[in-house]
Amino acid sequence: MSILQLSGVGKSYVEYPSFRCRLLSWLGIGREQLKSHCILEDINLTLDPGDAVAFVGQNGAGKSTLLKLITGILSPSDGTIEVRGGISAILELGMGFNGDFTGRENARNTLSIMGYHPEEIERVMPDLEGFSEVGEYFDQPVRIYSSGMQMRVAFAVATAFRPEILIIDEALSVGDAYFQHKSFGRIRELQAQGTTLLIVSHDRQAIQSICNRAILLDRGRIQKEGPPAEVMDYYNALIAAKSHSEIQVTPTGDGGLQTISGDGQARIVEVKLYNSRGLETAELEVGELATLSIQVDVNQPLACLVCGLMLKERFGQVVFGTNTWFSEQALDNVKVAEPLSFDIQFEARLGVGSYSCTLALTGGATHLEDNYHWVDLALVFKVVNRDQVEFIGSNWLNPQFTIHRG
Amino acid sequence: MQQLVDNRFFIVTAIKMDFQARFSRSAFGTLWAILNPLVMVAIYAFVLSKIMHAKLPGIDNSYAYPIYLISGIIGWTLFTEVISRSLVVFIENAHYLKKLAFPRSNLVFIVLGASFVNSLILILAAILIFLLLDFSLASSLLWLIPLEILTALFALGIGITVGVLNVFVRDVGQIVPIVLQLMFWLTPIVYTINIIPESSQHWLELNPFFIIVNMYHDILAYRTAPPLDSFVKLLAMVGFVNVVGFGLYKVAQKEIVEEL
Repeated sequence: MSILQLSGVGKSYVEYPSFRCRLLSWLGIGREQLKSHCILEDINLTLDPGDAVAFVGQNGAGKSTLLKLITGILSPSDGTIEVRGGISAILELGMGFNGDFTGRENARNTLSIMGYHPEEIERVMPDLEGFSEVGEYFDQPVRIYSSGMQMRVAFAVATAFRPEILIIDEALSVGDAYFQHKSFGRIRELQAQGTTLLIVSHDRQAIQSICNRAILLDRGRIQKEGPPAEVMDYYNALIAAKSHSEIQVTPTGDGGLQTISGDGQARIVEVKLYNSRGLETAELEVGELATLSIQVDVNQPLACLVCGLMLKERFGQVVFGTNTWFSEQALDNVKVAEPLSFDIQFEARLGVGSYSCTLALTGGATHLEDNYHWVDLALVFKVVNRDQVEFIGSNWLNPQFTIHRG
Repeated sequence: MQQLVDNRFFIVTAIKMDFQARFSRSAFGTLWAILNPLVMVAIYAFVLSKIMHAKLPGIDNSYAYPIYLISGIIGWTLFTEVISRSLVVFIENAHYLKKLAFPRSNLVFIVLGASFVNSLILILAAILIFLLLDFSLASSLLWLIPLEILTALFALGIGITVGVLNVFVRDVGQIVPIVLQLMFWLTPIVYTINIIPESSQHWLELNPFFIIVNMYHDILAYRTAPPLDSFVKLLAMVGFVNVVGFGLYKVAQKEIVEEL
């Protein structure tokens, strides 16, 4: 049984040239001539208990509007939204706290607006106070709080009772690192008990660690939907996309998807990995000196060419990344069909596991200005541990233990 | 109605919070709620001290004028408080409306409840003053219960209309206090009807508050039951303004949050 179902949901705002027009349209007169502004269009979505979904997309893509529709603050212009369960939402970084009231009074007030009984509220209050960890400030007016402290109280209020659906718009990025960890812990706990989570975030790490699904919104439509790592790769390519560059997504064979984008003025045609003995390989030893060799075709004369490399671990988290702009080796005035290759030599000081290379050819420090070619999952290799001490984590730090005893 | 029952805790809490909010940083707290209208009475009594001791026909007390004045002001205070608070109810609660999903009409009931409590305090204070002025209570006081309810509902209908309009056209927020000011002076609250030339008296009857203030005078100052046809008229007015007000609210509801 789904907990949330959106079918054909759209939201548009009518532009009224004057108040008179608005009044008339309320009476049903002259409605046809009004222009409307479409914010969301044809959103279909079904969520089950325990799902965790991240909405990503550029500013103005409609993410917050969608969350407001689901919460019930705005009503959709088209389609239907079916919600089966209580919603707790932190929208636009707050829960409507009144600055003159103390944290405690605000918590009490917000919970009672949400429909909880005064006795229930008093029962959770000690927990709520403890979780927010604002100390003596809890009994002081919210107007003297920092935004992080307000966020702490808001989060504690939103999760004081386990909601069936928890909605968090951007808010998680406000708290300090300590509270972020704490709130992620609470979110996972709630998820395990069946709470459905909907978040808007720009934090790739957060999204990939707690969500099982990501939805990319672009200009009010669902552009892409799937596992967070794939969607984030696609989003990354999308923000680079110039009008004439195309994004191509191909299955990788093991169930994943590879995203390729760029305008094709230069292309990566071949990628090879060599081990320390100069043999082509897909497996490196911890700490081994390896070389990544990239062949490039230049199709247009280029004022500037930069080659970039990014290593990601299994879950798509970036382990390392840099490019020839930062190493001050950007190439100027590259001619068409000029033979060109890059050899990147590096020590594989990586933990055991599998890694993917993302490669990019760009015209500057980032891929946002000129994106010639961007290939996610250009190459996948494994790191194995043959002769080093056993260790965990994604980095090999080559530790030396010196022990002083007695 | 069901919604009202479901949300009773919230509404009661909110009315309490409302009092706290208004007086959270003041030393005398709730006292200000009654002080305001009482000061108003004191000022008029002082300025118009000449007629203070004048006997008003029908009121058997040497302080007839202050009694008359207080009676009218009780009604007026309830009426204006509901209107002027409904006028800004959506704008002032924008932070809740934009961030929490809850039955929006609760806000209106909070205004109604809080104004009622204020009015009750004022009535108790007035009764106290009446007793000090050696003006004993009469059974006509019971008529105050339906009158207070109808007055508040009448103000609510007007209030919700101007409150909704004010979200879209903020001029409304400026116009309403001016209109209220006019209404105050065009109603026999500070003066008695007979100081107006008889030929113009019927103009005052166009003022909707005229009926209401007369009923307050009947009940509190003249200690008689107000005429039944006044109640019928008032009931009709209540029906009319509330149909308009809630009708408007219903069509505009979706756009209120968008506009805030």
